[in-house]
Amino acid sequence: MALVLSEEQQMLKESAQGFLAEFAPVAELRKQRDAGSETGYAENLWGQMVEMGWAAILVPESYGGLEFGHVGMGQIIEQTGRTLTASPLFATAILGVTAINAAGSEEQKTELLGAIAGGEITTALAVDETAHHAPTQISMAATKQGTGYSLNGSKRFVADGGTADKLIVAARTSGEAGDMKGISLFVVDRTAAGVEVERTAATDGRNYANITFNNVEVAEAALLGEEGQGYRALNATLDAGNVYLAAELLGISQESFDRTLQYLKERKQFGVLIGSFQGLQHRAADWWSQVELCKSVVLKALQAMDATDTKVPALASIAKAKLSEVAELATNEAIQMHAGIGMTDEYEIGFFIKRARPAQALFGDNSYHTDRFALLSGY
Amino acid sequence: MSDLNAFRQETRDWLEENCPPAMRVSTKGGDEMCWGGRNYKFASADQQQWMERMGAKGWTAPDWPTEYGGGGLDKAEHKILKEEMLRINARSPLDSFGIWMIGPALLKFGSEALKHQHLPPIIRGEIRWCQGYSEPGAGSDLAGLQSKGEDMGDHFVANGQKVWTSYGDKADWMFCLLRTDSEAKKQMGISLVLFDMETPGVTPKPIKLISGSSPFCETFLDDVRVEKDQVVGEVNQGWTIAKYLLTHEREMIGGMGMIDIGSETLGQIAAKAMGVEYGRMNNPLLRAEVAKWEIDGACFALTAERVTDEVKSGHGVGATSAMLKYYGTELNKRRFETLLKLNGTDAMVWEGEASNEGWLPRTWLRTKGNSIEGGTSEVQLNVIAKNILGLG
Repeated sequence: MALVLSEEQQMLKESAQGFLAEFAPVAELRKQRDAGSETGYAENLWGQMVEMGWAAILVPESYGGLEFGHVGMGQIIEQTGRTLTASPLFATAILGVTAINAAGSEEQKTELLGAIAGGEITTALAVDETAHHAPTQISMAATKQGTGYSLNGSKRFVADGGTADKLIVAARTSGEAGDMKGISLFVVDRTAAGVEVERTAATDGRNYANITFNNVEVAEAALLGEEGQGYRALNATLDAGNVYLAAELLGISQESFDRTLQYLKERKQFGVLIGSFQGLQHRAADWWSQVELCKSVVLKALQAMDATDTKVPALASIAKAKLSEVAELATNEAIQMHAGIGMTDEYEIGFFIKRARPAQALFGDNSYHTDRFALLSGY
Repeated sequence: MSDLNAFRQETRDWLEENCPPAMRVSTKGGDEMCWGGRNYKFASADQQQWMERMGAKGWTAPDWPTEYGGGGLDKAEHKILKEEMLRINARSPLDSFGIWMIGPALLKFGSEALKHQHLPPIIRGEIRWCQGYSEPGAGSDLAGLQSKGEDMGDHFVANGQKVWTSYGDKADWMFCLLRTDSEAKKQMGISLVLFDMETPGVTPKPIKLISGSSPFCETFLDDVRVEKDQVVGEVNQGWTIAKYLLTHEREMIGGMGMIDIGSETLGQIAAKAMGVEYGRMNNPLLRAEVAKWEIDGACFALTAERVTDEVKSGHGVGATSAMLKYYGTELNKRRFETLLKLNGTDAMVWEGEASNEGWLPRTWLRTKGNSIEGGTSEVQLNVIAKNILGLG
């Protein structure tokens, strides 16, 4: 498949660009932060996104969705990287839909996917238990109790964990930390008895939560997929999550580049534009080249997901590793080249680095994915 | 479509009949290249036969017009020829600066007379060309070249010194940049001229490189007679053609022409060399170096693919040849540094059969030139900053 966007995908990209610039620019993020918003996003924003069909893009047509595909959704997410727009798109319309679609029963898909497409529910994926991504190291226990299960343990830094209606929780029904076997997925109400949610305040102003489960009783119907076989669906969901985080980091890298390039053409020192200095020109040219590489790998990874290619895991790790590296370069260079003004809260460039780092760390950073890529490649 | 199917069948049959079996085997290193030329010593009778047969058919330059001896193939046919050659692992019949560089420039800028004179012998592999661009005082600043062409009415007299002339001692003709107007602004007084290397006053001397080989020469020009009808394009308008050729060269060096290290990936070579325990290669730092290279290599290959696809679909060019040249050559250098580490002290052995006459260390040293020839990495970054980013 050619590495270019189709006309429909290009149109979606442009309409997302227009919408986000108007209704959810970086200024909106500042507003939410300064107001101490619980959700981290404007309440009516999600409603507008649902109305435009964005929540339904990945939902199969048979469950009331648009089935427009990953390349299309990737364009929207890339644009949210440019505007630093927080919304339930990632945790609900991507992670929730992917996990439920991969593991859910017919009943669960009909009920939950339809509700997501219609904007009736939001979800969050609760995987990691420490500050480092380690999906096989899950030790949270799901113990059989009557016909249902009792959940005990805790989850860290769950994206949208403070607001989601349904938590998709990875817990262990057998085996021990380190085993791929024995991991099961459960759909749990955030407000169920025994669920304790503690909202954290992170650098990007988004709502992440540390969640403790104390003897949380769930029915057998809460099990997503087969008992003990949840790792496959979890892995597929994490792959998708990482490809979309890479797409968002692409938007962040491009926008911080564009803003910095503009600044190099405006700011004068020693009586000349600072963009006339070769010391900065070469760094800008290298940065631009790196971003070109990023565009290619993100598009390829999105296309591979649409084609359910066997290379998706490797491509997801390549994309996340490369984009984490380049976003780090991009956001650091952005501040250094803006210099003093880049250190002020008043100027927007500093918001990009504060969103880039959590996006890099979530579901595995550069080092995690470089290691995973090597393992997948047989070394 | 049926026409193309018929073409494929004819091509397959012809190759089957005309490609000697020995020309369907690849070996590592430069010995399978065939450069042609008046004094060329063929490695084997098969090599000569293969070049001559393909040359006679015009398939050494498949997409050049038939009136100059080319293959006259359109894009679809050319693709089929490549596929059919790949299918039987056929070697390139002729590697030639004539085909890669001066030929395309002549097709675009040359007079009919020059095309008819020079293109047919290039296609048949009878004349081998070299490039006279750089000078001791004009490397990155190529337009500052000083070799002069003095106008004597019906001819020019050339004096000066060229350097980095690839295979200057083996070539038959040179395409050469001369300053033909020293009054004009430096880019405006340059002409592209052609002359026979046997013309009195032309003296190429090989330069020994750090790799031990001498693929380049310095070429001295002492009162060399250059006929006026051997100027490509207009007198004093050679810079435009030179720039066209530089872009061409950049694509050749940076692009997809990464040095062949065999069919194994760097990761596979690394795993074998260092050993793998519990799924992970021994030596974690080297393992990370290999993985980071493979990640960057994959992203680069995808970018080359995307750029091609964007051109094909008329979406405009996202990245330029400058970016591909810059990144591709830097990647190739990194890869050979890693290969050196993976082979430890074995990689230091310079001579002898066990080391394939020092193939690795010599090739590693050769890669250092990748980011210098055809415009240094720093020049490529200048081009990106000025032409794409608009930084002045």
